[in-house]
Amino acid sequence: MEKPVKDAGNGSGRDERTGGGKGVNRRDFLRGVAVAGGAAFLGTPTDVQALHDLSGWPDRMGMLTDLTECVGCRSCEAACNAANRLPAPNAPFDEKSVFERKRRPTASAYTVVNRYENTKTPGNPIYRKVQCNHCEEPSCASACPVRAYTKTPEGPVLYNQDVCFGCRYCMVACPFYAPAYDYDSALEPKVVKCTMCHGRIKAGGIPACSGACPMGAITFGKRGTLLKVARDRIRKFPDRYVDQIYGEYEAGGTSWLYLSGVPFGQLDYPTNLPRKPIVENTKGFLSAVPLVLTLWPALLGLCYAANRNKEEKG
Amino acid sequence: MNDNLMVKEATYPARFMSKLTMGLPMSEYARKLVTPFNIVAAILLTVGLPLIGLRFWQGLATVTHASNEYPWSILLGWGLFSGVPLSGTGYVMATAVYIFGFRKYHPLVRLGVLTGFMGYLFAVIYLLIDIGRPWRIYYPMAVSFGPTSVLFLVAWHVATYLTVQLLEFSPAILEWIQARRTRKWAILITVAMTIAGVILSTLHQSALGALFLMAPGKLHPLWYSAFIPVFFFISSIYAGLCMVIAVSTIGARYLREKADDQFLENLDELTVGLGKAACIVMFVYFALRMIGVAHDDNWGLLLSSSYGYWFLAEVLLFVLLPCIVLTVGVKRDDARIVRAGAFHAIAGVVLTRLNISILMFNWNLPGHFQAIVPPAREVAIVLSIITLHVLIFRWILNRMPVMREDPAYLEDGH
Repeated sequence: MEKPVKDAGNGSGRDERTGGGKGVNRRDFLRGVAVAGGAAFLGTPTDVQALHDLSGWPDRMGMLTDLTECVGCRSCEAACNAANRLPAPNAPFDEKSVFERKRRPTASAYTVVNRYENTKTPGNPIYRKVQCNHCEEPSCASACPVRAYTKTPEGPVLYNQDVCFGCRYCMVACPFYAPAYDYDSALEPKVVKCTMCHGRIKAGGIPACSGACPMGAITFGKRGTLLKVARDRIRKFPDRYVDQIYGEYEAGGTSWLYLSGVPFGQLDYPTNLPRKPIVENTKGFLSAVPLVLTLWPALLGLCYAANRNKEEKG
Repeated sequence: MNDNLMVKEATYPARFMSKLTMGLPMSEYARKLVTPFNIVAAILLTVGLPLIGLRFWQGLATVTHASNEYPWSILLGWGLFSGVPLSGTGYVMATAVYIFGFRKYHPLVRLGVLTGFMGYLFAVIYLLIDIGRPWRIYYPMAVSFGPTSVLFLVAWHVATYLTVQLLEFSPAILEWIQARRTRKWAILITVAMTIAGVILSTLHQSALGALFLMAPGKLHPLWYSAFIPVFFFISSIYAGLCMVIAVSTIGARYLREKADDQFLENLDELTVGLGKAACIVMFVYFALRMIGVAHDDNWGLLLSSSYGYWFLAEVLLFVLLPCIVLTVGVKRDDARIVRAGAFHAIAGVVLTRLNISILMFNWNLPGHFQAIVPPAREVAIVLSIITLHVLIFRWILNRMPVMREDPAYLEDGH
C-alpha cells in the first residue's frame, strides 16, 4: 500500500515484484518464463520464493453486493456517472423502462443494473448490478500484450490507455464481459471499465456506488472481512441466501463479491468458470516456448547436417 | 521472360519503367490491363477501400459487427486466424527442401515463401484496420512489454517472421533488379532463415490457438481444449502444404507463361508428393482432434446437441473427408484428385478457425447467431483486401522469377 500504482507502463512493476501479491507474482513468474523465451533484455529474475506465495496483496479492498437488498433504484448508476464525469445517459437515472432489456457496461457507463424474474418469490424482481469484478488475478492484465492493466495493492484493477493499441484481447479474456470499448471513436478508441473509484479509495473514501446506495446493498471493505460478513449472513439467514459467495473462487476469485437469494446462474452470472485463475491455462503453453526456442535449432540443425552429408555421399 | 537483355543498354529510368511494364510500351501495357478480371477487381476495390477510410473517420462501429461481447470480427477471424495458417506455405516448403533435403521440391519453394510472406503481410493489414490505434502497433516491441500475454508472443513472432520471410524471398527480388552481389549475401542466410522460420512458425501458429485458452467460459467445450495450440500448429502444416498445391495450380493455369518447363513438367508429380505429406499430417491431426474429445471426456456432447453435430461435420466432412480424398489421389497417382482434396482441406482449415474465433465463441450468449452476422460493409472491406492481395500477388508473379528460375542464376541451385 506504499505507493500509488496507476499504470503498468511506468515502473510500477517494481512495486509489484516486491509486494508479494498473489496474482502479480504468478504473472511475474510467467513473465520470467516469457523473458527467458523471447526477450531476454526485459527484466530481472523474480524472487523464486515469491512464486509459492499466492496469498495476494495483504490489505486489498473489495465490495460486497447483496442482491437481496437491491431495489433497482439506480442510484449507484447515477453516482458512478457523476463521480467519473461520464456523459449524460439517454434516459434519466430514475427511468425504470431501461429494465425491459438486459444492459451491459458500455463506453459511457461503468456500471448498469439489470432486472430479473424472481423464481423464489414471483412478482418480487431481483436486481443485479454489473461492473468490472476486479479479479484477484485479472485475465485482462495477463492477456494484455502491452501491460496496460495493473492489479493495485488496494484491490482495483486499473487500465492505462496511454499504452493501449486497441487489440481488445482483454475483452476476449475477461470471463465477466466487463471491459467495454468505444467502437465509435475513429482515432482514439480506448477500453472503458469500472475503476472501483481507485482515487477515492486512495484518499480514504469509499467508491461512489457504495456511498450512494440507499439500501446499503453495496458494502466496501477489506476483501477478507467482506468474506466473513458474507458467510455470517448466509449462516444467520439460510432461507434468504443460496449458500454461495459469488466471486470467492470464480476465475481465481474477485474483489467484488455477491450474495443472492436465487442460484447465480438464473441471473446470468457465468457458472462455467474454473476456480483457478484463467491465466493458469496458458502457463503450459508459455512454458513450452523456451523449449521450442532452444531445442528446435539443435534438432533442425541436426536434420540439415544429416541430409547434407547424405547428399554428398550420393 | 528475357526482357533483361533488351533493356541492358537503356537508361536507368527507362530500365525501371520497363521492369514495371514487363518490357511493354506503356500504352500497350495499359491496354492489356483491361480484362474482365481486372474490371471486377476494380469494382471491389472502389467499394471496399472507401469503407476502410470510413473506419478511420467514424470508427469501427460503422463498418464491423464487433461489439463489447464480440471484440473480434471477421476482419480477424478471416484475416488473421484463417490467413496465418494458410500462410504456413513458406516454412513447410523451405524446411522440406533446405532442412529435410527433399531437393526435388525446389521449383515450389519460392512460390511457397511468397505465398507465406504475402499472407503475413495481409494479416498485418487486416490487423492495422482492426486495432484501435494502428500507429501504436510496435508498442509491444518497444514501448510497454506484456510478456505474460500470448498475444505479446504473437506480436513479436509475426513481426519477426514477416522480416524473415522477406529475407527468404529477397533473392527473387534481387534477381529481378539484377543485384547480383547483394543476392549472394541473401543466398548465404537461407538455412539460418529457414530454421528461424520453423521456430517462429511453430510458436506463433500454436500461439494463435493458445490465445483462446484465456476464454474457457466463452468457447464451446468441444472446441476449447488444452491441446488447442497443438491443433493450430499441426493444421498449419497441412494448410501450408495444401495452399502450395492450390496456388501452384492457379499459377500454372492462369500465369502459365510465367512458369518455366521445370515447374510445369514436374508439377503433377510434386503435387502428388505434397498431397502425400498433407494426408499423413491430416490423419495425425484427425487423431489429435479425437484425442482432444477423449481428453476432456466430451463424447457425451457429440450427439446431444446441434453443436455436437456441427463439430462432427467439421472433423468428419472437413478434416477426414478431404484427407481421404488426398489419400485416394496419392494412391492413384492422380494430381487432379489431390488438387480437389487440397482445396477441400483448405476450406476445412478456414472453417475450423472461423468456428473457434467467431461461430463457437460466445456460443452461450443469447442472440448469438444474430450477433455474429457481419454487415455488408465489413464483407466489402474483406473482399477488397482479398482483391488487393490477389492483384499484388499476380503483379509479383508476373515480374519476378518465382515459378521459374532465372537462367542467369542457375549455378548455385537457389
